Amino acid sequence: MSEPQHHIKLAEESLQKQTTTLNLGPTHPATHGVFQNILEIDGERVLEAVPTIGYIHRAFEKIAERRPYYQITPLTDRLNYCSSPINNMGWHMTIEKLLGIKTPKRVDYLRIIIMELSRIADHLVCNSVIGVDTGALTVFTYVFQLREMIYEVFEEVCGSRLTTNIGRVGGFERNFTEASFTKIHHLLTLLPKGLKEFEILLNRNRIFMDRCIGAGPISAERALNYGFTGPNLRAAGVDYDVRVASPYCSYEEFDFKIPVGTNGDVYDRYLVREGEMWQSVSIIRQALEKVEALEKEFPDQKHVFYAPEADHFHLPPKEDVYTKMEALIFHFKMIMGEIDALPGEVYHSVEGGNGEVGYYLISDGGRTPYRLHFRRPCFIYYQAYPEMIKDGLLSDAIITLSSLNVIAGELDA
Amino acid sequence: MTNEFIKQKLTDKFGEQITNWEEPYGMLTFTVPAAQNLKVMQHLYDEEMLRFRFLTDLTAVHFPDRKGEELSVVYHLHNLVDNARIRMKIFVPIETPDVFTASQLFSAANWMERETYDFFGVNFVGHPNLIRILNVDEMDYFPMRKEYPMEDPTRIDKDDEMFGR
Repeated sequence: MSEPQHHIKLAEESLQKQTTTLNLGPTHPATHGVFQNILEIDGERVLEAVPTIGYIHRAFEKIAERRPYYQITPLTDRLNYCSSPINNMGWHMTIEKLLGIKTPKRVDYLRIIIMELSRIADHLVCNSVIGVDTGALTVFTYVFQLREMIYEVFEEVCGSRLTTNIGRVGGFERNFTEASFTKIHHLLTLLPKGLKEFEILLNRNRIFMDRCIGAGPISAERALNYGFTGPNLRAAGVDYDVRVASPYCSYEEFDFKIPVGTNGDVYDRYLVREGEMWQSVSIIRQALEKVEALEKEFPDQKHVFYAPEADHFHLPPKEDVYTKMEALIFHFKMIMGEIDALPGEVYHSVEGGNGEVGYYLISDGGRTPYRLHFRRPCFIYYQAYPEMIKDGLLSDAIITLSSLNVIAGELDA
Repeated sequence: MTNEFIKQKLTDKFGEQITNWEEPYGMLTFTVPAAQNLKVMQHLYDEEMLRFRFLTDLTAVHFPDRKGEELSVVYHLHNLVDNARIRMKIFVPIETPDVFTASQLFSAANWMERETYDFFGVNFVGHPNLIRILNVDEMDYFPMRKEYPMEDPTRIDKDDEMFGR
């Protein structure tokens, strides 16, 4: 290692004590995650901000070059850990694109249910945290009950709550139980009431609106130039949604709207996320109806939970492993990671909680990727933060940060 | 807007300079000489029929076997209006990995190029602030290059006898 280097450039006036240098440090209750900002403030007005990131960099791209494909799924969990099923599904869809596997309809609908539930979980956190940063703590405590119910659904399906490692290439590891469907139906009755409570408490609240309108704005042109995607871009007025532009996983069969804002300020981002939650509830309802219609028409579809051509990624049933030779060999091969992929180069993206999560995978035909790059929306739009808070107040800088929904795991990977 | 149309427009302007046209999994991919990367991206941005005004991704790949062009910088561009995506690759030798910066054209390229410099050592000429972004500033090697192992061999506090890798 070479000598320590210092890259902090202080502004001209700070040496004459005209402005204050404030370290909004990596450990701070208002920055939800570990990232640092060195702010140059004049009174309460922010003149300049220099962000520093990398406190939670875990070398995922390097690790991914040494792991078989299904072992990379836990890495993708930890990117945007508030909505990890979306990252998992996106990764599995990338491998399916590489190998040319087509998933059955029931798998697609179940995947959509899980992805929309995790999108709701992510937006619930983000919106309630905007409330917390403006002082409205009530919503946060009420809304986490809903999040617990979503976690219970994930637990029924895959066993874990937050970093789910859900699904396999071609589908799911096991069929959804009756209990999971019961819980999803129960959630569909609770969610509208919870979201309505949220609306009543914050949407037309005088203090919340005064705090948030006009704070941290960004125009659509600048947002597009900065590579914004997701709710932050939609709040600026551009209706780009990967689910509509390049539909994956049968999203083209669903009927939903894309909420769009005008100014790109904190209030717009809050409203866009809230609108998306309502749309997600509608999508989940439609998906459940489609699953039930499919099962009624073809009763043996009830047992379909993965694509038959992806069976070399699925462990065979245990009773076969203990009695049949081929199943034993298959099981061993899969656990040891001796499943080779096709050589090729593929880029696939899904609409994550924060925008377009992309996976650029180069495979040389071996058991691990040659190169895997995650296109992380948080990393790309956080660059715009200094421009968004320039000439605003310090308190606006804090709520801009929470409204951007910067998740440190996705920032650093 | 089909891949053939984009290919035709680019060949009209740049001719034989753009090589290695492929369409893996439906995405038009081509290779541009390293010195022309900004010219091609500017043309893709300005041309009214092409309008590739969104930089989706910028990253690098290291191919130690391609002597003379070991580092490849890959740009993914997106035309939001007509919903078209393309992938542009450039190759530079590892001894002099100089690439013109795209941060004047796309502000999104600023941190993406810093990340690429941090991990691969690609020197983006003209970048306003080319310093490491995710790794510690004192690091003096480029970790994503293939010659560096995944774990730091200079660490003495891990006992691999019991839990071998």
